Amino acid sequence: MSFPVIEYNHAYLDEQTKRVIRRALLKGVAIPGFQVPFASREVPMPRGWGTGGVQVTASVIGDGDVLKVIDQGADDTTNAVSIRQFFEKVAGVATTTSTEDATVIQTRHRIPETPLAEGQIMVYQVPIPEPLRFLEPRETETRRMHALEDYGLIYVKLYEDIAKYGHIATSYAYPVLVNGRYLMDPSPTPSFDNPKLHRSPALHLYGAGREKRIYAVPPYTHVESLGFEDHPFEPQRFTQPCELCGSTGVYMDEVIVDDHGGAIYVCSDTDHCERMAAL
Amino acid sequence: MMNPLLTVDGISKTFTVHLRGGQRLPVLSGLSFDVGPGECVVLGGPSGVGKSSVLKMVYGSYGVDDGHIVLRRPAGVLDLATASPRELLAARRDTMGYVSQFLRAVPRVPALDVVAEPLRERGVEVETARVRAGELLDRLGIPERLWALPPATFSGGEQQRVNIARGFIAERPLLLLDEPTASLDARNREVVVELVREKLAAGAGILAIFHDDDVRDALADRVVAISPSRGGAAA
Amino acid sequence: MIGNEEPLLSVTGAGHRYGDRFGCRDVSFELWPGEVLAVVGESGSGKSTLLGMLARRLTTDEGSIRYRRDRELTELSDLTEREVRTLWRSEWGFVHQNPADGLRMHVSAGGNVGEPLMATGWRHYGRIRAKAAEWLERVEIPVDRIDDDPTTFSGGMRQRLQIARNLVVSPRLVFMDEPTSGLDVSVQARLLDLIRSLVADLGLSVVIVTHDLAVARLISHRTLVMKDGAVIESGLTDRVLDDPQAAYTQLLVSSILQG
Repeated sequence: MSFPVIEYNHAYLDEQTKRVIRRALLKGVAIPGFQVPFASREVPMPRGWGTGGVQVTASVIGDGDVLKVIDQGADDTTNAVSIRQFFEKVAGVATTTSTEDATVIQTRHRIPETPLAEGQIMVYQVPIPEPLRFLEPRETETRRMHALEDYGLIYVKLYEDIAKYGHIATSYAYPVLVNGRYLMDPSPTPSFDNPKLHRSPALHLYGAGREKRIYAVPPYTHVESLGFEDHPFEPQRFTQPCELCGSTGVYMDEVIVDDHGGAIYVCSDTDHCERMAAL
Repeated sequence: MMNPLLTVDGISKTFTVHLRGGQRLPVLSGLSFDVGPGECVVLGGPSGVGKSSVLKMVYGSYGVDDGHIVLRRPAGVLDLATASPRELLAARRDTMGYVSQFLRAVPRVPALDVVAEPLRERGVEVETARVRAGELLDRLGIPERLWALPPATFSGGEQQRVNIARGFIAERPLLLLDEPTASLDARNREVVVELVREKLAAGAGILAIFHDDDVRDALADRVVAISPSRGGAAA
Repeated sequence: MIGNEEPLLSVTGAGHRYGDRFGCRDVSFELWPGEVLAVVGESGSGKSTLLGMLARRLTTDEGSIRYRRDRELTELSDLTEREVRTLWRSEWGFVHQNPADGLRMHVSAGGNVGEPLMATGWRHYGRIRAKAAEWLERVEIPVDRIDDDPTTFSGGMRQRLQIARNLVVSPRLVFMDEPTSGLDVSVQARLLDLIRSLVADLGLSVVIVTHDLAVARLISHRTLVMKDGAVIESGLTDRVLDDPQAAYTQLLVSSILQG
């Protein structure tokens, strides 16, 4: 029994499509935080599973690149593994789980604990790019708000949080103002990772496949997490150290270990945890 | 002689009723008279002859077909017959007050504030205006327990007295009175007569309709008789 | 206060066209600071078209609408969208007939009143909340409802909330489109009274569209009567209602209940 041999173009997408996406990326880099519309293509996975991120990665990845893919902070979950294998197959790139060794890191939630460096590219899979969407359902209206810098509404969201919970309870997709101009959803990273965006030496590219939007934060861009004077932005904090490697000051996952609700806290970033445990 | 406060010069008024095929109802033609400062001029004549229409033409609620109604104010001379709405509003606020026997008040406003409002409109502080309003209501025999209630719940006579207090509270050079004492008891009629005398003594001019002969005799310096669809003549 | 030397709004020969037909045409009037202007007429008379045109929701296809910004009268159609937005945030308000059109129904009462403050740069939660509470009190909504959504409010409360949301930034000019007509009669009276006292206290200029002459009588200084897209009579409200000249105005006046 033999399988037909299918020759894919490098990184799956055709060259014309990649050029279209690269143009959108360049525009996004030129206008930090601005959502650039693009013609999102079909890729061999369902929309909502990272198709935006996959198209961005496909458009920027080259022969010399080393790809890391994480889902939450983990390199070994199904989605991460299959996207990694996809690019191994269609782009023939080297892959890694090590943050330091990667040149392109595609992620669904987390920004790695290991500080990013110049030359690295973060690619985010974005479900809903519009930070004002839940308060203002009309796209025509949110576009106008961005154009006119009419951002009072986003504070309504934060106000409602404080009124209901006594503090800003938004813990992921926490809104930021990029380069003092565009309101952006760093979706869907936890607010814990927001400070890592501010003046980051890496290039951050965001792709929303279903919503057909691309946006970017270029290296060393000012990224402000919004807040009130009397209720400033506070990233999440974790008090316990990691049960496996003893790290503190990192993002933790709660892992249920028995049938009685007993739980331990471990690093969400598996690469970081393995290296710390090995020390 | 001092310049009159108000000069009514040859005014005419005809109503055209379109709903009755454009029927024309002449009310007045060529009426002339003056009101001087400190003077009480009373409009006389049988009921339905158009006395109220004269007051309404002066106040601006009715248009004037012909003639002039000249009001002299510190700010200058104004012909009320041709004045713009804005000029009329300013004249009402600063120069002329109108008191009818009917109170037209917003449903939920307390009596005290209904009375204080003309002062508030002229920029007087709330508390000061309320104190003045209270004094007037007290003189007119409205018990203090009613002051916080909306006048809509009052009896007809009480409403009328609230309206009088409202009409007299502000210092205006010209007061137009349309049967303010109708259906008041003798004591309150006497209070109104006193209030009018105080205004006259302070130099205000008064143009009034009194259905009550006692009040008219007590206050009128002159009576201008209005006869059906004709100008009146001073008697 | 009336007596200011320049009008706030100056409209000359203004008209809006729907295709080859004018929704309203040849409208001229001036509105001074502190003045309340009622626009009355039956449905289809063009009063809502006029309001839409004044509020920049509809184009001015002929004539001119000028608004006093700083000290100068500015042609509204010369303003950029950004400038018009700035006016809406800081100087203009719009009270819709249906409160759901002017409120965010799934944002708390406090958030609804606070939003215009946040849009004009307020960034202190405590102060925003205190101001919102103060305004709820002014419009007679119990302050303990501050965290409730307007979906849980009665019609009258929703309308009062919409008014608070519009007035919290101390606008100069407020447009109102039949603000009381969706309400029960007793609730209407309370709302009118509230509007009337707020307008007087804040020295607002208001253009209010209503089909109800009693509303015009109660709160407006001047009235425009519209029919078939044209202003057929205008003047002091009491003169228009007590001494109407046009046949149509006489008909309107004769068909209201005495009150």
